Amino acid sequence: MHLRFLPAGDTALVVEFGDVIDRALSERVLRLGAALRAAGIPGLIEVVPTYRSLLVRYDPMLTDSATLCGGLESLLENTGAGAGPARLWRIPACYEAAHAPDLDEVAQRTGLAPAEVVRLHSGTLFHIYMIGFVPGYPYMGDLPATLALPRRADPRTRVPPGSIAIASTMTAIYPVESPGGWHLIGGTPIRLFDASAPRPALLGPGDKVRFEPISAPRYDEIRRAVEAGTYHVPCESAPS
Amino acid sequence: MTASLVVISPGLHTTVQDLGRCGFQDVGVPISGALDRIGLQLANALVGNARDAPALEMLLQGPSFMVAADAVRIALAGCNGCIEVDGEQARRVPAGTSVRLTRGETFRVTHLGDSACACLAIEGGIDVAPCMGSASTYVRGRIGGIGGMQLRAGTHVPLKQSSVPRRPESTLGQPFDLALDAPVRVVLGPQADYFTEAAIATFLAAEYVVSAQSDRMGFRLDGPVLQHAKGYNIVSDGIVAGSIQVPGSGVPIVLMADAQTTGGYPKIATVISADIPALGRRRPGRKLRFTAVSVPEAEDLRRAQEATLRRMMGSLRVADSQAPIDTATLLAHNLISGMVAIR
Repeated sequence: MHLRFLPAGDTALVVEFGDVIDRALSERVLRLGAALRAAGIPGLIEVVPTYRSLLVRYDPMLTDSATLCGGLESLLENTGAGAGPARLWRIPACYEAAHAPDLDEVAQRTGLAPAEVVRLHSGTLFHIYMIGFVPGYPYMGDLPATLALPRRADPRTRVPPGSIAIASTMTAIYPVESPGGWHLIGGTPIRLFDASAPRPALLGPGDKVRFEPISAPRYDEIRRAVEAGTYHVPCESAPS
Repeated sequence: MTASLVVISPGLHTTVQDLGRCGFQDVGVPISGALDRIGLQLANALVGNARDAPALEMLLQGPSFMVAADAVRIALAGCNGCIEVDGEQARRVPAGTSVRLTRGETFRVTHLGDSACACLAIEGGIDVAPCMGSASTYVRGRIGGIGGMQLRAGTHVPLKQSSVPRRPESTLGQPFDLALDAPVRVVLGPQADYFTEAAIATFLAAEYVVSAQSDRMGFRLDGPVLQHAKGYNIVSDGIVAGSIQVPGSGVPIVLMADAQTTGGYPKIATVISADIPALGRRRPGRKLRFTAVSVPEAEDLRRAQEATLRRMMGSLRVADSQAPIDTATLLAHNLISGMVAIR
């Protein structure tokens, strides 16, 4: 098993499980993260799961790398390999033209009908590998291989918030307006990130996501409810 | 009546910063916080604030303000510039010394001396609600500070105290070394194995220059190109302040306080936490060299730096005098709660 402790200065270390994007590997990263948070290790500041590694941030005034590595080794021995409990979000997604500027191009380039692209995207149960790029931006996989396309040659300087995008084997939702090079195939009326909320990010690493197709009128209806604070994104426990 | 400092001119990039935002990096929120952790804490100590109180961080060119409070006490630290007070009682107050100003007075921090950044602390602190546990401004995400933004002309910087008592002003008991010429110490890795041996030797021997394309997110460096041994794309992993990533161009970028939380370029090394403040103080055009240390050495250096900082904060003197500050009097006024809470 490929497992390495790598130094990231004197305030963090990286537990590297591999160097590929792989669901089982991601589950191991997430399980170690959960175990570390639960262990209440002195000097541990936070953990940051990514596709293939866990960044462990610590306070060098309270602990040191050698002590942490010892604790990590015993945690790793006692941490199972399976998936832990997860949340499953059902995210409303409008794939109609007004919200999906790149859907036709994606259909053309993949040789599929637009409706087939929508069927494949909304028919996939996605796993959130990590959050990054901008606050609340979920990297979700894996897309069916037939939908995998490289990023746009010409990235947009402004992608509207709520845009549902695909690139390579991943899908994502832009939480805030930002530049972006992914293909926009839909839009969601929900908010993914609210800095003033006690839990600012709706989604977390390890959560599961399904996109539920909605009409443009339904999009507007949910949008109004979101703004009124009366809409709650459907969420349940995911089958492990 | 609310107390504030009214911005006359905002300077190049002035933001509210504290020691940063922890616990949200897993959902993509950068740590932010002052580029110069030391300057922030010294400025706060000089005005009797808790060491981690939010202060104003300014980059390259400072702001000017009008006092819209009965009285304020301010102090500048992290540079060898000064506060210039206008008007009948015009005076220059060097960095590292506090000063009390009254309603209607105007002051400016025209230049920061040799430093790229400095912190201005205000007694009692800035009255901004913490966002995700911190007042630090993350401008790209419109998070924290005053409306998530850098100061603009006309911005009111709200203050917690509308007045401060007269008392002897504080000054640092020893000169503050900006360490602008010291080598920047790094720990190699986490992806040093993505570079050729020659590239690592070059990285540790060459002279680099801080590029003009540098900001709170990252300092780009001009200098020799570093050869990747196995491509320049990695599957994304985590980033910390000080991570030195090398994209396809082969020119290193040191990621700083506002860096994104994850990235897909290999990182040849990480600047040790004790040297981040001195790196943050380096202006574009300033030269630097890297030197490698081990993780235990880096941890020891950080602890030694904290001990030095503690000593400096505990040995403030009365300005224009050799007498040490009367700590008991300060304590009686509960003015150094942050200082006595130091670990």
